[in-house]
Amino acid sequence: MAPHLDREGPLLPILHAVQANLGCVPESAVPVIAKRLNLTAAEVHGVVSFYHDFRKAPAGRHVVKICRAEACQSVGATALTERALERLGIGWGGTTPDGGVTVEPVYCLGLCACGPAAMVDGRVVGRLDEAKLDAILEEARA
Amino acid sequence: MTDGLTIYLPRDSAAKALGADEVAAALAREAETRGIELNLIRNGSRGMVWLEPLVEVERDGRRLAYGPVAPSDVPALLDGTLACHGTVEDIPFFARQTRLTFARCGLIDPLDLDAYRAHGGLVGLERAAGMTGAEIVEEVTESGLRGRGGAGFPAGIKWNTVLQAAGPRKYIVCNADEGDSGTFADRMIMEGDPFTLIEGMAIAGLGVGAEQGYVYLRSEYPDAIEVMNAAIRIAREAGVLGADVLGAGRAFDMEVRVGAGAYVCGEETSLLNSLEGKRGVVRAKPPLPAIEGLFGKPTVVNNVLTLATVPVIFEKGAAHYAGLGLGRSKGTMPIQIAGNVARGGLFETAFGMPLGELVHEVAGGTASGRPVKAVQVGGPLGAYMPPEKFDTPFAYEEFDGQGGLIGHAGVVVFDDTADMLALARFAMEFCAVESCGKCTPCRIGAVRGVETLDRIAEGDGAAVDLLADLCETMKDGSLCALGGFTPFPVMSALTHYPDDFAGQKEAAE
Ligand SMILES: Cc1cc2nc3c(=O)[nH]c(=O)nc-3n(C[C@H](O)[C@H](O)[C@H](O)COP(=O)(O)O)c2cc1C
Ligand code: SF4
Ligand code: FES
Ligand code: FES
Repeated sequence: MAPHLDREGPLLPILHAVQANLGCVPESAVPVIAKRLNLTAAEVHGVVSFYHDFRKAPAGRHVVKICRAEACQSVGATALTERALERLGIGWGGTTPDGGVTVEPVYCLGLCACGPAAMVDGRVVGRLDEAKLDAILEEARA
Repeated sequence: MTDGLTIYLPRDSAAKALGADEVAAALAREAETRGIELNLIRNGSRGMVWLEPLVEVERDGRRLAYGPVAPSDVPALLDGTLACHGTVEDIPFFARQTRLTFARCGLIDPLDLDAYRAHGGLVGLERAAGMTGAEIVEEVTESGLRGRGGAGFPAGIKWNTVLQAAGPRKYIVCNADEGDSGTFADRMIMEGDPFTLIEGMAIAGLGVGAEQGYVYLRSEYPDAIEVMNAAIRIAREAGVLGADVLGAGRAFDMEVRVGAGAYVCGEETSLLNSLEGKRGVVRAKPPLPAIEGLFGKPTVVNNVLTLATVPVIFEKGAAHYAGLGLGRSKGTMPIQIAGNVARGGLFETAFGMPLGELVHEVAGGTASGRPVKAVQVGGPLGAYMPPEKFDTPFAYEEFDGQGGLIGHAGVVVFDDTADMLALARFAMEFCAVESCGKCTPCRIGAVRGVETLDRIAEGDGAAVDLLADLCETMKDGSLCALGGFTPFPVMSALTHYPDDFAGQKEAAE
């Protein structure tokens, strides 16, 4: 937290740093951050809960973000992901019972000319098909 | 280094998503085996995504293009036996473009400041450094440059408001939230030619008298974040940024701030709240950000492409830029062709090309080979354009006249398997997920919209009128374009594709 305190508008950089370290922004971190920034816990909580990126609990060992947006839909993303989620037995945002993989929706990765697109732990993947997606999910759970 | 073999292979994330890093590894291995001294330059993308990874091999002073290259193609590539496209400039998709904003993208290593200079970089900033703020703003005004983030507001007018506003503290904020589906030009320029954006922001800073800039960059773009951060460090070390920009005696510095996955934070006032560390709720206007923006100070908020186009305007002159285009849409637009297309990618051209020419001739129709059913232009808030509207010239007023918008110039093509009711439902669902929550018509209306579309899907024909009413309410009662424009994709789908809304029950009978 310390390196960010002197910056203008430090809250988002701090929240990103907390999540990078702990895998989430736990409820217990909120009052600590609030105190250092002279904010109320309610204010900080309001910010944390506004943004899709910040998690309350850590994700699975691997995070697979799959694009749900229009350009990817135009090349079959919807059926592809529905099938994958069904096979994993989870919904959007869910984590497999073995804790191996969390699947999250994302609305565009800027890979719209090579969709369906996904991001696996920060690594981009384009032109997904059933075989590619199955392999990614298998590998993530291994 | 010149003794070895020079090969260009993009580090752009679309190229990576299609295997560029694997090709790089294969190249390194094969070169080592053959005892070739390999000079591998990880450049930006030349924009022909269907050919990525597109590899260029330097032979006799020419850059010969190959692609898409798989790791298994590498031996043939080095033997010179792999099928070649000629040079990139020979490829028709590239040859018919007018590249100004993207002139350098893909030509050079994005982090090589010397190469940047060698290709015309910093000429614009050097010129601006010798001008007064008022002269800089006047140059932008004369170029006719309009905001590339969506609304198309004249950049010069916005800059002038900030110039006139009382200082001393002012800001340049670059909107790099690029949330629209079908768009990736901001990402490409940040990954492929980041110094252009830095130079554009520095010119803006000198112009309006701002010494601090922020790039609000979406978290979904980790590669762009990495390149931008590195480029800013290099620019600072070289004196392009800092207390004395290019020795002009004026200060400008900048940093990247990472978003947190909220589409609405692309809206400029929501973005400013987010930068301040608040919830990304939309602010009512007035006050304009140009007068009371970041931390209440006068602020220029411009899209990546708007700012990245400024250097070439100063390099070639406002008149050159304004000489291109159609009507009040001056200059060129980096159009992003996406979705179900044979040839997707970045296509920069002067405003005015008919939509149908883009879809059929440039993009080669659908990837599936099936007929084109609809084209969504301008992101998730843009209308679905049917083939009957394909003669519409790609320009602000012309699209507006057809009930559409060009927005950030994403063009998403759908073939005849597209289910327009499902797409309309998605538009409402997206609005519900991403609403900042400030207005009832947006927050609640979008949820009702999803329910109403589900009723229509179940065959409740009466719900169609309800949907139209709901869209009217959202249009009239929303503070920003998320709630206000979601009716465009919904109503255009309903109007142009009524059969898709006839209901499954009726269709089955
Ligand atoms: C919901 C919503 C999302 C937006 N997203 C973006 C965005 O991602 N990038 C962008 O540059 N402008 C976006 N805009 C437009 C901005 O509000 C603003 O007009 C723009 O940043 C101004 O810069 P420009 O004049 O250079 O286009 C969005 C607007 C709305 C209503
Ligand atoms: S229209 Fe929606 S997103 Fe825009 S200000 Fe209102 S509630 Fe927020
Ligand atoms: S729509 Fe999926 S990457 Fe852009
Ligand atoms: S702000 Fe309350 S309805 Fe729009």
